[in-house]
Amino acid sequence: MEVTLTHFLVVSTLLFSFGIYGIVTRKNAIMVLMGIELILNASNINFIAFSRFGNFGLQGQLFALFVIVLAAAEAAIALAIVLNVYKTFVNVNVDEIDELRD
Amino acid sequence: MSESFLINISVIVLFLPLLGFVVTLLLGKKIPKIFFFEVFVLFAGLVLSAILLFGKLTYFADTKIVSEFKWIDMGSVPVIGSINIYLGMLIDDISALMIVVVYIVSFLVHFFSIDYMKGDIRYNRYFAYLGLFTFSMSGIVLTHNMLMMYIFWELVGISSYLLIGFWYEKKSASDAGKKAFIVNRIGDLGMLAGLLMLFVTYNTFSFEQIFGEIAKGHLPFNSEFWLTVTGVLIFCGAIGKSAQFPLHVWLPDAMEGPTPVSALIHAATMVAAGVYLVVRVFGILTADAMLVIAIIGMLSAFIPATIALTQNDIKRVLAYSTVSQLGYMIMALGVGAYKFAFFHLITHAFFKACLFLGSGSVIHAMHHEQDIRNMGGLRKKMPITYATFLFSSIAISGIPLTSGFLSKDGILSGAYAFGSLTGHWLFPFVGFLVAMMTAFYMFRLVILTFHGEPRNKEKYDHAHESKFSMAMPLVVLSVLSLFFWYTPNPLSPDAGWFYTKWIKAPVLYTPENTRFEFMKTDEAALSNSSGEHSVMYSEMYTEALHHAHGTAVVLSLLVAITGIFFAFVVYQWKKISADNLADKLKPLYNFSYNKWYFDELYDKTFVAGTLGLSRLVAWFDRVIIDGIVDGSATVTKAVSAFTGKFDNVVVDGLVNFMAYLSAFIGLIFRRFQTGKVQTYIIMVIFSIVILLFLFKSF
Repeated sequence: MEVTLTHFLVVSTLLFSFGIYGIVTRKNAIMVLMGIELILNASNINFIAFSRFGNFGLQGQLFALFVIVLAAAEAAIALAIVLNVYKTFVNVNVDEIDELRD
Repeated sequence: MSESFLINISVIVLFLPLLGFVVTLLLGKKIPKIFFFEVFVLFAGLVLSAILLFGKLTYFADTKIVSEFKWIDMGSVPVIGSINIYLGMLIDDISALMIVVVYIVSFLVHFFSIDYMKGDIRYNRYFAYLGLFTFSMSGIVLTHNMLMMYIFWELVGISSYLLIGFWYEKKSASDAGKKAFIVNRIGDLGMLAGLLMLFVTYNTFSFEQIFGEIAKGHLPFNSEFWLTVTGVLIFCGAIGKSAQFPLHVWLPDAMEGPTPVSALIHAATMVAAGVYLVVRVFGILTADAMLVIAIIGMLSAFIPATIALTQNDIKRVLAYSTVSQLGYMIMALGVGAYKFAFFHLITHAFFKACLFLGSGSVIHAMHHEQDIRNMGGLRKKMPITYATFLFSSIAISGIPLTSGFLSKDGILSGAYAFGSLTGHWLFPFVGFLVAMMTAFYMFRLVILTFHGEPRNKEKYDHAHESKFSMAMPLVVLSVLSLFFWYTPNPLSPDAGWFYTKWIKAPVLYTPENTRFEFMKTDEAALSNSSGEHSVMYSEMYTEALHHAHGTAVVLSLLVAITGIFFAFVVYQWKKISADNLADKLKPLYNFSYNKWYFDELYDKTFVAGTLGLSRLVAWFDRVIIDGIVDGSATVTKAVSAFTGKFDNVVVDGLVNFMAYLSAFIGLIFRRFQTGKVQTYIIMVIFSIVILLFLFKSF
């Protein structure tokens, strides 16, 4: 069986779905961040798959590299925010932190 | 002496009193002695007017001096052509004579007032008003056109109003002022209509031009009837100003003013303005108009004479006597005795002014007592006043050696001649009757005031002869009432310089067929004279007058003496008791005492009518006009209320509804804003899914 674009897309969709599921269901902010990481990686797979099967040259791969760097930076900043949230609320449960509502 | 010199003098004479008025009025409060300026101005005017008269009579005996300037240039008016309004001066015999009379009386009254009005709170203003009056009167006398005459006519009216109501704190005085003013307006309305009629026809106000056009046969509306109407309308002005029947009611009330004012305005000059006006327009009066004038004059001579018989106020007797004498003059003009009318105007001015100033002197001495029932015996206390008063009474009664005899006899013989020529015998009859009554009531006044025993001891004891400044005018005026100023023959004026030199026979301009028979142009007389205009005195008239003169002299002397004798019988010797007489003739007495009920009649008719009309109009205003205004206000209010409701309910409701709607929508949508990130994400995902389905291309 030959691995086609569809397979890649299926894998990335699953990955994306798990990411969403993680973001939506987990209470802990750390877990939410992990869900975001999954989504970013799902998009990376998509970039590379389209780059491989489409006629786009190396653009997809380069984008994937950027996304990886971006994800690292984002993780760092997000974790710093979570730390500050923890300092403020002594808690990192996203459903309990709804100050922004007001 | 040139024409321009005389014109200049006349202009100065006209404007001097105005200067006095302005200066005295403006500086009156600052300089208490400023009234001397006014008196001085009058003296200067008197001198100048005497020069004017002298110059006119000496150097320009046969010419009229006219000087005019264009006042308003109306340019060319469509249909009519060019219209210009000129103002100017006219110096002829009558204006030159009249201005001197005005100035003599006015100056003497000023002089008299210095002491009479002493201590009055508006002392200087009084003199200012006198100046205004003299200015206006000079304007009437010296003008050469109807318009200017009308302007000054009204100015005279206003100064008379100011002076009658001078003591306006007194209700009766301010009422009298208003009455005089309003009653005069009625007459002036007629005069205005008449002069506008002339202006519409001839496009000019100038006497000379109007007369010239009429002489050429150009009549108002091309009809002799309208010429008569015009003459009568202009005469209406004289009815008002000269207090002729039926507008005579204002003059007796005008006695509320200071007594020198009565002497100046309501005896000698202003009331003579009406006669002067008729003298001015005499040439255009048709026979019908003259008959109207004669009838009015006769009634005005008769009615006030009967009223004067029973009045008890010294000034009121004189006032009614004035109306009666003015009626004489008007009647004389109506019957064609032109010269005698003007002569009587002048002589009457002097002796009536003397009588009024004499009564002023008495009133002053008696501390403002005017009722002759409280006087008596003043002869001993006030010899000068008595002598002058007596002499003037003799003059007004028409006893020889006085000027009054000359002029009154002239009028009576004129009326007699008129009666013999036309058959209207009523005029001479009433004339003689009035002459008798005049003699009676004047001597009643003299006897009750000066003769007998004092009836009010207290006031009598305080009475005193007036000072020089008040006595001098009396003496001057009574001396002026002597015959020798006018003629050398005390029994007939015909030979005197007054008749032969000073006034000319009137020139008539009316069409021949509208004149009395005796006034028609006399061909024989015409061929002798220049023949320029038709001079009035025809052979026929001169003869009739000459014939009448003898009869009239005897008759007038007889009636005067009868009147005086009767007065002495009743009041001096008390052979007949006045009270008994009054009781016997109760209805007649009451009728006369209550002034023929004219005031009551006018109150009931015209005043009540006017008030009723005013009330009707007021009612109309209040109910209809106010109703409409109020109604529109109500409608506006209702509309406002409705739009207010609309605003409050509909517009505000809409706005509020929008607000509620937003709030309601906000209520719904705030549910979605939980602040929980995960909820948002779910929404986003659902949204994306929905959008995917919406934009799907499959």
